[in-house]
Amino acid sequence: MANDSLLDRSRTIAGPGYNRWLIPPAALAIHLAIGQAYAFSVFNKPLGALISGDVSNPAPDDWTPTQIGITFSIAIVLLGLSAAVFGKWLERVGPRKAMLASALCFGGGFLIASLGIHLHNIWLLYFGYGFVGGIGLGIGYISPVSTLIKWFPDRKGVATGMAIMGFGGGAMIGSPLANNLMNHFKDSAPQGVAPTFIVMGLIYLVFMQFGVWTIRVPADDWKPAGYVPSTEHNEMITTGNVSADNAIKTPQFWLLWVVLLTNVTAGIGVLETASPLVQETFSDGAMGAGRGVTAAAAAGFVGLLSLFNLLGRFFWSSASDRLGRKTTYAIYFGLGILLYALVPTLGRSLQLTLFVVVACVIISMYGGGFATVPAYLSDMFGKYQVGAIHGRLLTAWSTAGVLGPLIVHTLHEHAQEQGLKGAAAYQNVFYTMAGVLVVGLLANLAVRPVKEDYYEKGPVTIEAGGH
Amino acid sequence: MSTPANLSSATPPAQEPAAVGGSAILAWLYVGIPLAWGVSQTFIKALALFK
Repeated sequence: MANDSLLDRSRTIAGPGYNRWLIPPAALAIHLAIGQAYAFSVFNKPLGALISGDVSNPAPDDWTPTQIGITFSIAIVLLGLSAAVFGKWLERVGPRKAMLASALCFGGGFLIASLGIHLHNIWLLYFGYGFVGGIGLGIGYISPVSTLIKWFPDRKGVATGMAIMGFGGGAMIGSPLANNLMNHFKDSAPQGVAPTFIVMGLIYLVFMQFGVWTIRVPADDWKPAGYVPSTEHNEMITTGNVSADNAIKTPQFWLLWVVLLTNVTAGIGVLETASPLVQETFSDGAMGAGRGVTAAAAAGFVGLLSLFNLLGRFFWSSASDRLGRKTTYAIYFGLGILLYALVPTLGRSLQLTLFVVVACVIISMYGGGFATVPAYLSDMFGKYQVGAIHGRLLTAWSTAGVLGPLIVHTLHEHAQEQGLKGAAAYQNVFYTMAGVLVVGLLANLAVRPVKEDYYEKGPVTIEAGGH
Repeated sequence: MSTPANLSSATPPAQEPAAVGGSAILAWLYVGIPLAWGVSQTFIKALALFK
């Protein structure tokens, strides 16, 4: 159409010979940027000392850790909500427009937040990074998913694993980048935070443009060279297509919602407690003078978990192409229950090496759960509106983002009130999380193929999906 | 990158190039370099655990 803009879906349909291996880097350009959200804690101390100028001695008017922490919570809640709300819009307008919207919101959120930091107005920080940036997170997170599934029908898990691995990698870039920038600007602004936000906003806005302008959708009749869909009947991979509106009427959607909720809630149990857990469990008092885990070593432990979170996203999601999604989740939950229940025992018996190994496996399955779910949804509901369905499912992540820390802090505080210390103060957290995984295991086992009544009648087109 | 042999069939190969190509290599470098930097920074931090 002559009036189509460069952003319209019709202008992003790939021509003959387009190399599909350009699509994962386009997706990664978005996910590596928005994954910065998981590194927000790097700003906690500097933001809490904007007035006093001393991170170890905040002034009464400085923002408290709780006030600052709300920023991240708003962003994660908005991630889920915007993914749910804008999923169908994304399917209609295509990934390019959605990626641009994500870049503008995410980069713009940083810029608004920098003004809030400069004026010491926390509501502007909430609005910028939390609300506007959070919308960028949600749209950006789902924007490449259905496109990847369409380009890689033969390797759905590999393709979505690569992109969602980027979200894990984004924190690894965002944290040292922020530290370097704050150090660079420390003499020109309090803690160097406001100019750091401006520069990071601009960097991400520009970096994400690569994804915006590289992304393409395949033509309707496109297939990978030599690819023939398996004629072997697999009842867990649908041949039909279910719309996003119909998907949420199926029990399968809500079972998968519980699957994601439980996997994420349990994983947050480890992530939230990792640093204090390893320090308190393997302290000098328990291990012997000079042999305990120091604060620097605990930070190393958290870094190691981040690496396994990243690797797990790609490894498990790729493995699911061969194992099947339901089996892969059964491993996450079955193995997870055993490992979570083992953590307190390893802590009590001071088995540090095994403790670290177990935590790394646990966190790899946490990351794997995020990366495998888009392919699971595609298997269950077809690729027609899988991006929109994925968006709606991500409300489970937002819920887990509230539920996980709540469980952890409530149980840990209760244990401390009872005078428990070290590993004992955390054992109920891990036993409870093992119980949470039992719920997930049962939900996963209950997943059955979607009834044909929910399928779209007749051939489906992307345009039809938007109305 | 070519498609694995076990997925091939008699369908005439079409629109996908046989090799990755220069543009794809550049695209992977664009995202790979910052990712490798971030991973290396995290890895260095993680080494503290083993000291």
